Amino acid sequence: MHLDFSIIANSLPYLWKGFQYTVQLTVTAALGGLFFGTLLALARLSPIKWLSTFAGGYVDLMRSIPLVLVIFWFFFLMPEILQWATRAERPVQIGAERTAIITFIMFEAAYFCEIMRAGIQSIPKGQVNSAYALGLTYGQAMRLVILPQAFRNMIPILLTQTIILFQDTSLVYVISATDFVGAASKIAQRDGRLIEMYLFVAVVYFVICYTLSFMVKRLQKKIAVIR
Amino acid sequence: MTTYIMNWGVFFEELPGGGERYWQLIVSGVGWTLGVSACAWVIALALGSVIGTIRTTDRPWMVHFGNAWVEFFRNIPLLVQMFLWYFVVPEFIPPLKSWIVQTNPANAQFVSAVLCLGLFTSARVAEQVRAGIQSLARGQRMAGMAVGLTQPQVYRYVLLPMGFRIVIPPLTSETMNLIKNSSIALTIGLPELTFRARELGEYTFNFFEAFTAATLIYIAIAMTANRVMALVERRTAVPGYIIGGAK
Repeated sequence: MHLDFSIIANSLPYLWKGFQYTVQLTVTAALGGLFFGTLLALARLSPIKWLSTFAGGYVDLMRSIPLVLVIFWFFFLMPEILQWATRAERPVQIGAERTAIITFIMFEAAYFCEIMRAGIQSIPKGQVNSAYALGLTYGQAMRLVILPQAFRNMIPILLTQTIILFQDTSLVYVISATDFVGAASKIAQRDGRLIEMYLFVAVVYFVICYTLSFMVKRLQKKIAVIR
Repeated sequence: MTTYIMNWGVFFEELPGGGERYWQLIVSGVGWTLGVSACAWVIALALGSVIGTIRTTDRPWMVHFGNAWVEFFRNIPLLVQMFLWYFVVPEFIPPLKSWIVQTNPANAQFVSAVLCLGLFTSARVAEQVRAGIQSLARGQRMAGMAVGLTQPQVYRYVLLPMGFRIVIPPLTSETMNLIKNSSIALTIGLPELTFRARELGEYTFNFFEAFTAATLIYIAIAMTANRVMALVERRTAVPGYIIGGAK
């Protein structure tokens, strides 16, 4: 067997573009997922019955089917939904990359919801009561008292989930989006250099994820001391 | 205006080649999903238990080996690991390579997927087992030592029987993850459930019906696995102990 790693050097600009998309997808999905996940968590903890049932059903559904199937679902449904929403003549195609961003926001919202729910529930109930006693509305109590603390307590877990998300974004490969893995595999298949490419991809992911999770661990220790 | 037309009868229609019907395609997909998951689960549980246990011993080299194992499998995306097992590893093992070339592709995909998922999940099981053992009161280990047990005996008679019971609830969710992760095997061509659902959609354009079927089957499998593990948990419960916060 003959290994030739010059292929990587030659295709770096293309790989870099794929990598940038991976990072963009991760950051967008993390922020969007956190936003919608927090709303879902509030809905799930809401005393309004239908709201909490809906949020719970959504989260359980997303968590019980494989991400690959979720990606296929959105890839198929998105054009139909957009057609319906815009009253267009035919299904509206927005491309694999944009579909992937919406999919991951919706999917991660379910996972971030569970984290934020745990975070909100970790705040003593007296805090909500005292917020109400001071005359704050529900919105103010959540925004000014509960959520900032819940968010801070959950930072290490939220970051860990983001590292998992960073790895999971590689699955956009199944709808042929050109993320880091997608870019690598397109070149690998074009030039018949699967071994070198996939080894390179594995090393890059390992170095990044290992470093990030090491930093999260250190952060966790620091926060633990403050609390 | 083009609109999507539902056709739930599609499952009972014949494939273009004739003979087989579409529901049989889905059933064979379920077979591969369960087969891969079951085999990988055996590997994951066996290796994960060993790796998780040695990470709690007092031998530094064992702890380091266990930690390296977990970090390795946890920090590379599962998709990339799948490609490594299918495309890369055989190139470094000539006998394996020659077997793959001559065998039915489905066999090679199956073996790669089982090894990949088994080892990946073993790292996660190891993490749970380590946490389970370390959550036991320190006095248990000391008490074992004090009555004159050797370290293997302390593990065999004192720590592991309790540790494994504590670990059952997190293992349940790892089992679910494994079943869900088995869908990633479609990237190397293994015709499991998600693969078959997409195939059905591509043949008939009834994507909605195909994905709905797959979704319902995954939910059913997850609920069954949940029930089985709950049964195991109840059967193995030690009277007087609250296990993992359950009950």
